[in-house]
Amino acid sequence: MSASGSSSATVVSIPCLLTRWLLSSLGKKTIVAVTGSLLVLFLIGHLLGNLTIYLGQDVINTYAQKLQSMGPLLWIVRLGLLAVFLLHIIFVVLLIAENLRASATKYIAKDNMGSTLFARTMKYTGLIVLAFVVFHISHFTLGLVQPEFYHLYQTLPDGSKRHDVYNMVVRGFQNVPISIFYILALTFLTFHLSHGVASIFQTLGISNRFLRPLLERASIAFAWLLWAGYVSIPISILLGFVQLKLPA
Amino acid sequence: MNFHLKVWRQKDANSPGRLEDYEARNIPPDASFLEMLDIVNEDLISKGIEPIVFDHDCREGICGMCSLTINGIPHGPSTGTTCQLYMRKFEDGSTIYIEPFRAGPFPVIRDLSVNRSALDRIIQAGGFISERTGSAPDANSIPIPKTIADEAMDAAACIGCGACAAACPNSSAMLFVAAKVSHLNLLPQGKPEKDRRVLSMVEQMDKEGFGGCSNFYQCEAVCPAHIPASFIAKMNRDYLVASIKRTVGVMP
Ligand code: HEM
Ligand code: FES
Repeated sequence: MSASGSSSATVVSIPCLLTRWLLSSLGKKTIVAVTGSLLVLFLIGHLLGNLTIYLGQDVINTYAQKLQSMGPLLWIVRLGLLAVFLLHIIFVVLLIAENLRASATKYIAKDNMGSTLFARTMKYTGLIVLAFVVFHISHFTLGLVQPEFYHLYQTLPDGSKRHDVYNMVVRGFQNVPISIFYILALTFLTFHLSHGVASIFQTLGISNRFLRPLLERASIAFAWLLWAGYVSIPISILLGFVQLKLPA
Repeated sequence: MNFHLKVWRQKDANSPGRLEDYEARNIPPDASFLEMLDIVNEDLISKGIEPIVFDHDCREGICGMCSLTINGIPHGPSTGTTCQLYMRKFEDGSTIYIEPFRAGPFPVIRDLSVNRSALDRIIQAGGFISERTGSAPDANSIPIPKTIADEAMDAAACIGCGACAAACPNSSAMLFVAAKVSHLNLLPQGKPEKDRRVLSMVEQMDKEGFGGCSNFYQCEAVCPAHIPASFIAKMNRDYLVASIKRTVGVMP
């Protein structure tokens, strides 16, 4: 720094400056926004992968097999995703703690002054998403929820076998309570994102007074588009558009 | 007009406070909210009751000294300051809740009066601008595009009342800080200290104990100077750039 601020004689190390930045109120929010956007990118990719179910058993099972065969790379991506998810939660908790400390005394007469319900319920919708993610991974990734459908295999013409993701998903969603839970959880995720996606731009400073209303509308549209893509799968299965493929 | 008032009374920062009931009688519809309280106070004094303490100064909407959270809304149901709010805005016979501006860094001094000097310390942290001293410069010698001048003027409209922090569920003062950072950061005169200014002001804001922004935009809804919350996006951007520059060591 120059003549203005703190003395230039003190040398401040980079790690120290980094924590000073990232632990400031704006820095913490930046991390929530960056991790939030990475999670959104993952959600887009995951949806595109899931939609291959409409292309048939072979396509989605091949896609799943390709993912599995990436080996260490898959694990790097998975661990990275887990780290991003945990960072999002940790910094959200830090922010909530700071905000509660700052606003300990509340008004007796309450008014929401035009803030949206979605903005005000971010921590609750986030918590529901967390519960859902735990369930979802136990269900389709670890096979703990319906183990009987997890160990399904597709036999290929050459006699080799591979994990039958297609039938696992179809059987999974033929269970009505599971499908309903899945659709509800995605609805709460959509609430989270209908505020969250526009928020990313505000937090990272990619906005101005003309862009903001557009970004807010685009955010809601994007969130519901994602919702439509995701919930179309259990709905198509429940309505019988996507059916079990049994070996001939 | 007659009103039933529920007013926050509190002896000092360390005493507990509570809502007390008062009747406001024969209030002219064109009385301002503060004049209504003056009338109620006259009545209280005549009855030997300690009058209600509240902040005010110019009473014409420019100084930012008046406060009050009325029915849960800082500065009440009008779009301006409490001193520019008139009793005709309220329904005759209605109940009105009057509470102090609430935010952790705004301790109650007495009743409805809170200490907002945290905001002054944030301004102080902003520091100076580098300016040529000596003879008066020619007017308009620094070219500034009209759009930038307008934008800076909009930010400079902030009267520093603190309603943004009082309206925020997180008690965040970001709209105030964003306006104060932006009105200098936008102009050529403020450019030399741009990065240092945003870093120091945000750090002081954190030190004072204000919360963070969750993009509720309740600040924008109550701001009597109509500062748009897009200035917070600009502050976020300036802070992000300045932080990266400082961290990698290229701060001017
Ligand atoms: C797939 C999972 C998730 C995605 C895609 C996601 C996405 C986002 C995005 C984009 C934001 C906006 C960031 C900003 O304001 O700039 C956000 C904020 C937030 N998220 Fe998440 N999130 C996820 C999971 C969670 C979980 C599990 C929690 C809670 C435990 C959570 C709690 C929050 C909260 C409270 C905020 C608001 C923070 C604030 O404004 O103060 N999120 N999220
Ligand atoms: S008293 Fe000056 S703005 Fe209200």
